[in-house]
Amino acid sequence: MARPGAFDEIWGTSRDQSARPEFAALAEWISSTSEAELSRRQQAAEIAFRQLGITFAVYGEDEAAERIIPFDIIPRIFTPREWSNLTVGLEQRVLAINAFLRDIYSDRKILRDKVIPEELILRNPQFLPQMVGARPPHGIYAHICGIDLVRTGPDSFFVLEDNARTPSGVSYMLENREAMLRLCPELFEIFPVAAVDSYPDMLRETMQSVAPRGANKDPVCVILTPGHFNSAFYEHSFLADNIGIELVEAADLEVIDNFVWMRTIDGPVKVDVIYRRIDDDFIDPLVFRPDSLLGVPGLIAAYLAGNVALVNAPGTGIADDKAIYSYMPEIVRYYTGEDAKLPNVETYRCREPSQLSYVLANLDDLVVKLVDGSGGYGMLVGPTATRAQIEEFRDKLKAEPQRYIAQPTLALSTVPTLNDKEIAPRHVDFRPFVLTGADSVKIVPGGLTRVALREGSLVVNSSQGGGTKDSFVLMRSQDQA
Amino acid sequence: MLSRTALNLYWIGRYMERAEFTARLLEATIRLDALSHRPAGASAWRSALLVAAAEVAFDEKGEPVNASNVARFLALAPDNPSSIRSCIQAARTNARAVRTALSREAWEGVNRAWMSVRDRTSTGGTQATLNLIDQVKAEARGFEGALHRMLRNEPTWFIRLGAAIERADNSARLLDVKYHLLLPADAVVGGTIDRDQWTTILHTVSAVTAYRWLYRDGLKPWLVAELLILRNELPRSLAASMEEVVTLLTALSRRSGKQGEADRLARSKLTRLRQSSIDALFQSGLHEYLQNFLTENGRLDQAIAQQFRFA
Repeated sequence: MARPGAFDEIWGTSRDQSARPEFAALAEWISSTSEAELSRRQQAAEIAFRQLGITFAVYGEDEAAERIIPFDIIPRIFTPREWSNLTVGLEQRVLAINAFLRDIYSDRKILRDKVIPEELILRNPQFLPQMVGARPPHGIYAHICGIDLVRTGPDSFFVLEDNARTPSGVSYMLENREAMLRLCPELFEIFPVAAVDSYPDMLRETMQSVAPRGANKDPVCVILTPGHFNSAFYEHSFLADNIGIELVEAADLEVIDNFVWMRTIDGPVKVDVIYRRIDDDFIDPLVFRPDSLLGVPGLIAAYLAGNVALVNAPGTGIADDKAIYSYMPEIVRYYTGEDAKLPNVETYRCREPSQLSYVLANLDDLVVKLVDGSGGYGMLVGPTATRAQIEEFRDKLKAEPQRYIAQPTLALSTVPTLNDKEIAPRHVDFRPFVLTGADSVKIVPGGLTRVALREGSLVVNSSQGGGTKDSFVLMRSQDQA
Repeated sequence: MLSRTALNLYWIGRYMERAEFTARLLEATIRLDALSHRPAGASAWRSALLVAAAEVAFDEKGEPVNASNVARFLALAPDNPSSIRSCIQAARTNARAVRTALSREAWEGVNRAWMSVRDRTSTGGTQATLNLIDQVKAEARGFEGALHRMLRNEPTWFIRLGAAIERADNSARLLDVKYHLLLPADAVVGGTIDRDQWTTILHTVSAVTAYRWLYRDGLKPWLVAELLILRNELPRSLAASMEEVVTLLTALSRRSGKQGEADRLARSKLTRLRQSSIDALFQSGLHEYLQNFLTENGRLDQAIAQQFRFA
């Protein structure tokens, strides 16, 4: 069942039909459930998702304004040991990310110690000079991080990307689990799966813990959405609903004397913590893009005055910039004194001439990415690209090398996936969600597994034909109730 | 609750109610067209356009007034903001913006209603139109059922408030148009009437059986008017709608401890309805009465918007 060259998370590297011993029960389940039955359940899940309106919009596709992300019914599974190793590495990484953000927006010790080239920060469009000297409540910048991981072998996990701005996808983690509980209840009898439904409570506690001084006794927390035409609106409303807080748009908020108020049917109510799902550029037309209609005029002034907490803080984009990414091992070591427990994928910085010439000579084998790109756009996957695409990227790289990084094409792990004809291995990645509050870092045991549904494809982005799977984290036997 | 949320909820109520009313109107008109002893034809369809306040918009298209054109316009036309499809679409857009205020079932109710009309561009033959109507009615009932299972607090109250205001508006318009059309100025109370036309009114507000139970009498125009205006037993009567408006506004103001212009207007409207008799309404002119009711209903809508800071 395993794809030649790739590690399959269920079948391991074996070419015969025996699964990894810990997942033998899943293999048994797959073989004893007919493909027609699996396919029927998968369709039921997709119908349910459509009825719930769990949709996303694809930029540049007006016709299909609302699509659902394909859901695959065969779960991916982490053993207790795999999971505990991951969480240790994730905690270390987000602690370092927050320490890094605090430093570069205040003392810039890391620049003085020449760990990172100064111009890479100060000339980076993701670095917001307006935020220098800001003191976010409790010193936390990146309260919610989605760390994208890939795997190449039994114990080989790599961080592919740090999402420290407004990572999305957590609603899929929760809804996929609901669908699995409904459609495949027997799997939860076979495996002791850790629950993920505590995520909304964890997020609320995290938000309340970072309320500024002088906040309401029971801090008023809200989610700020660009509105219901945004591609991730379902998630915004889903979270607000499950946390039990208001979902506000910019027009619902008003800043008076550096305090933020929301308009309610009973008059204004003071807001303490805003989980904003609006990008930095658009958040306050007085400070950033003046043409933004999505933002709240005066919000940044209220934030700088210490009267409101913004989750995540403005300016976190510098931490997940792909040019900074290549320095993450150094950043982790600098702030934690330890080596990174979760390694980076080897990365060539095209801004450096020697690395650029290596990249240009090996375009056929590399993945080239824009340093400020996301969603799988503006990227070249060498091994599957056409000659013309490669030549196009060669020109782009020569013209603006500083805009690109390159990475080797990884043999991403696969998980058995149901397609029209059969069950076959498909490449996956994984996004766990890491919450940083005033006192603690919390990680819900689960995350978003994205799967590239096309055979051989390595691109898992939902905008590019990717789907999702439930991600089981198994409990240790003593953890079970 | 956010003012914008309250505004969206209120309009979900209005749009869903309007969609269902238009469905009933279409159903009753098809029936009138089919059953009339003499061909009802264009006049039946023109009066349906009048009741739906869609006459001007329809005439702008320059299409002849006939069953298929009017049915399509009232049911599905995207360029008719009051078509069933447009109403459900607007309700869904509002619902999507306030997902957090709705129960999952209530959202699914609106979303399913939208999916049932989303891809329809043609009403098809009469039978297909009736099937579509049945479906819309079923979806509207499903939504209402879900609404009754939601928490009894602001979100439910605002949706129901919008629905009650809309219902009063629709019933008043239905009665006004049909009366205007059916009873020429010189007609005397108790004169001969067009049975089928009167049944149409009752069908539109699903009150055929209710009429029999309440009056045990043949169809009399003034009794139909009394049923639709004054009898609070009939859910779609003006009196029942206004009672609901007052109840909902009271629930909302009890929560906040504050009353406003909307409460005052609604209570005074209800008091006057309770004190009226159908004879008095006829003597002072039913058309004038209904026109005045509609104007006041518009004023009440404005007062609600102001009181809850919709703008």
